[in-house]
Amino acid sequence: MLVVGAGKVGWNLTRELIDRGNEVTVIESDAARFSTVEEELEHSVQYGDGSELWVLERAGIERADMVIAVTGDDEDNILICQVAREKYGVERVIARCNNPRNLQHFELLGVKPAVSATDLILRLIEHEVPRYGLLHLLDLPQERLEIIEVEVAGGSPADGTMVKDLELPDGALAIAILRDGTGFVPLADSVIQAGDEVLVVLDSGLVDEVSPRFRAPEGAPAA
Amino acid sequence: MFVMIVGCGRVGSAIAKRMLEEGHEVSVLDEDPEAIAQLEKNEEQTWVDLGGSFTVGTALEIDALMEAGIDRADAFVASTDGDNTNLVIAQLAQKRFNVKTVVVRVLDPARAAWYEQQGLRTVCPTKIAIEMLEDAVLEAVG
Repeated sequence: MLVVGAGKVGWNLTRELIDRGNEVTVIESDAARFSTVEEELEHSVQYGDGSELWVLERAGIERADMVIAVTGDDEDNILICQVAREKYGVERVIARCNNPRNLQHFELLGVKPAVSATDLILRLIEHEVPRYGLLHLLDLPQERLEIIEVEVAGGSPADGTMVKDLELPDGALAIAILRDGTGFVPLADSVIQAGDEVLVVLDSGLVDEVSPRFRAPEGAPAA
Repeated sequence: MFVMIVGCGRVGSAIAKRMLEEGHEVSVLDEDPEAIAQLEKNEEQTWVDLGGSFTVGTALEIDALMEAGIDRADAFVASTDGDNTNLVIAQLAQKRFNVKTVVVRVLDPARAAWYEQQGLRTVCPTKIAIEMLEDAVLEAVG
């Protein structure tokens, strides 16, 4: 495994990977940082600019099973992963995305998965404080599918309705109901209640058609 | 023709001024608001009065690229001081915004050569300098 960038993420990651019995080399371009990390990791760390091809080659990229680019610069991480996959045929790459707004660039240039700590924390915050009772659980942009979790508001069209009468648009399906701390897969005649959380799988873009079924009508007092 | 140039150092600014003189529409993007001084050096008028446009923003930010007009650019020059930045934004210009002519400055000859093979039009000043210096030396020693 080849890790590029021995900052906080890269250093800790390398240590954990070595502890799990992997052969790991980490590349660091800052001389002072390299010396610090070398005291602990010794020969597992190499000094150099990990976006230079010869540095990657010296670190053994040609026989790497996985390349993990975790520098603080998104353009560097994109380039490193692109070159690893397309030039050196590395099968698995993982990139760190520092600015979640750059995720679209990673995607466009075929660098995936890209992991954004900021984005993960944002999602966790959203999970803790769901906006309008709606949470995106899973996005599969390539397959154009998503799974959402919606809270059933009192007085909403879904409240007291059987699943078969839910009148979801084509391309949307209620797949689970979470109630009182447990979940179940509903039958056509399962009755949805206010306070339930319903998992819906749907075609991307249908969310605005689906969510009103679970919201209280305009002007009604909030449940 | 509408030419967009990202990175307004010595190279980017020189190309921008030349393109404007040739009568093209020119938009320059740089993260440093002071970089516009490069365009106004030895000029009596401001860059904007000369007819150019200048946007302050980071090269990777779609909002900045859009503000500078990338979606209607006929030609795109990536000339920031970062090879990786240039290679990423050039690919964005090509693949996302379908800009017809995309030229990238890449200082590292190895990366320049590989991305050239991948279909990017790269210009490597280092390689050009090496060749010229070699020729000059060989010519001198006969």
